[in-house]
Amino acid sequence: MRRRNVLPGLPLSLGVTLFYVGLIVVLPLAALAFKAASLGFEDYWRIVSSSRSMASYRVTVLSALGATTFNLFFGLALAWVITRYRFPGRRIVDAVVDLPFALPTAVAGIALTALFANSGWFGSVLEGFGIKVAYTPIGIMIAMCFTSLPFIVRTVQPVLEDLDPALEEAAQSLGGSDWTIFRKVILPLLAPALLAGVSLSFARCLGEFGAIIFIAGNQPMSTEITALLIFIRLEEYDYQAAAAIASVLLLAAFFMLAVTNWLQARALRYTVKG
Amino acid sequence: MSTVSTRRKPPRVGDAPLFRRSLIGIVFVLVAFVILAPLVIIGVEAFSKGWQLYRDTVVHPDTLHAVMLTVLAALIAVPINTVFGIAAAWAITKFDFRGKRFLLVVIEIPFSVSPIVAGVAYLFVYGLQGLFGPWLDAHDIKILFAVPGIIIASMFVTAPFVARELIPLMQAQGRDLEEASTSLGASGWRTFFSVTLPNVKWALLYGVILCNARVMGEFGAVSVVSGNIRGQTNTLPLHIELLYHDYNATGAFAAASILALIAVFTIIAKVALERQGAGRVSKTENPAEKTS
Repeated sequence: MRRRNVLPGLPLSLGVTLFYVGLIVVLPLAALAFKAASLGFEDYWRIVSSSRSMASYRVTVLSALGATTFNLFFGLALAWVITRYRFPGRRIVDAVVDLPFALPTAVAGIALTALFANSGWFGSVLEGFGIKVAYTPIGIMIAMCFTSLPFIVRTVQPVLEDLDPALEEAAQSLGGSDWTIFRKVILPLLAPALLAGVSLSFARCLGEFGAIIFIAGNQPMSTEITALLIFIRLEEYDYQAAAAIASVLLLAAFFMLAVTNWLQARALRYTVKG
Repeated sequence: MSTVSTRRKPPRVGDAPLFRRSLIGIVFVLVAFVILAPLVIIGVEAFSKGWQLYRDTVVHPDTLHAVMLTVLAALIAVPINTVFGIAAAWAITKFDFRGKRFLLVVIEIPFSVSPIVAGVAYLFVYGLQGLFGPWLDAHDIKILFAVPGIIIASMFVTAPFVARELIPLMQAQGRDLEEASTSLGASGWRTFFSVTLPNVKWALLYGVILCNARVMGEFGAVSVVSGNIRGQTNTLPLHIELLYHDYNATGAFAAASILALIAVFTIIAKVALERQGAGRVSKTENPAEKTS
C-alpha cells in the first residue's frame, strides 16, 4: 500500500515552480517556436537552408566537434590526474577547472583574443610556425574548448572516484597490462559518464556566443557561427530569419538535451548499485 | 583485518612512475596554457598602461553605471531564482506526482539553450513583433531595451542553478526528518526553516553563488534584449564589448578585471563550501559503500 504523504506545501511549491517555469522558460521558447512556425514551410526552408546559414552550421558544428574531441582527452586526463594521483597543487588544479564556468564569456573572449592575436603571447609564437589562430576557425575552436572544458571533467570525476578498486585488482591478478585494463575494464565503466559529458560539452559549444565573437573573424561563409548569424539578422530587423535560424539552434539544443538525459540515465543504471 | 590493511598494495593502473609524472606534467602545462593564461593576461593588459589609466576606466561614470546595473540585475534575479529553486526542490524531492521527470528536464532547458536563442525568444514575447509587445507599447510599459528585459533574460539563463544544487542533495536526504517534524505538530514553514534548511544551507549558498556569477557575467542573452545604450542599459559585460570595439582594449581589460575578480572569488567560495560538503552528493550519498 502506498504510504500517505503527510508533508505540507505541495500546492504552493509546485504552483510557484510551474508558474515560474511557464513564464520564464516555456512561454518565450513557445513564442519563438510559434514565430518560426508561422513562416510557412517554404519560407522557413529557404531561410534555414540558405548558403550563408549552411556555412554557419558547418563552421559551428565542425569547430564544436574539434573542441569536444580535444576536451574529451584533456578532460579525461584532468579528471584522472585529480582523482588518482596525490601531488602538490592537486587541490588548486581541481579548483581552477571551474574557472571557465565562473569567468564571464565576454571576458574569456577578449582574454583569448589578446593571447592568440599576432602580437599576443601565444599568437606570436604560433605565427612562427605559420599557424594563425585569431580570426580563423581555429580561434572559434579554442574559445569553445575553453568555455566547455569543465563539463567532461565534472561528469567523469565522480564516477572515477567511486570506481571499485577490486575490479582493477582482479584484472591485475589475471595478468592484464595497465593499458589492457584501462581499455577493457576502466573505460567501459567510464563510458556512459564520458559520453554524457561529451554531449553536454558539445551542446554548450553549439550555443556559445560571447567567447567566440571576439576571437572569430566573423566573416560570412567562413568564420561566422550560427549564433552570430541570428544576432546579425536581428540587427538588420529581419525578425523572421532570426526566428527561423534560432529555431534550428533550439532544435539542436533539444536534441542534445534528449541525448544527454538518455546517456545519464544509462550512466546511473551502471553506477548506482543496490 | 590488520593483515589486509598492512599488506603492501599492488600499484594501481596508471601508477607507473614515468607515466604518472608525464601525465601530471602534461596536465599542469595544459592547465597553465588553457585556463590560467587567459586569467593572467586580463591583469597584464588591464595595467599595461599604468595604474592611472586603470583607475580612470574603473571610476569612469559609464563603468560605474554598468557596475550598478549589473549589481541591480543580480540583486533582483538571484533572490527570485533562489525562491524558485527552493520551491522546485521541495516539490520535486518531497512529493511524488505525474510528470516529475519531465518537469526536471524542463527546469534544465536553459542550460542547453544558446543565450542568443533565449534573447530572441524574449523578443517574441515582449518585443513589438511579439505576443505582448503591442499591448505593452499601448500602455507605455518598456521591458525590452530597458532594465526589466535585462533582468528577465538573466533570470532565464540562470533559472536552474539553485534548483540543480538542491535537488540531488534533498533527494539523498529523504523525507524522514520532515515527516517526523510535521507529525510532531510543526507547521510546514517551521519544518522547512528548522529541519530542511539547516541540512541544505551550504548547497543552497553554493547554488546562489554560482547563480550570481552567471547573472553578473551573462552576455549573449542580455546583448539581444538590452539595446546596448551607453550609460543606460549597459551591463558590465556589454560595457566591456563597447570599450573593446571602441579600440580601447586597455579600458576593456580594466572593466574585465572587475568581473575576473568576481570569478576568482566565486571559485574560492566554491572550494570553501565544498569543504562543508556542498556540491559533492555522490560521496555522501551512500556511506555504507565506503566502509564495506
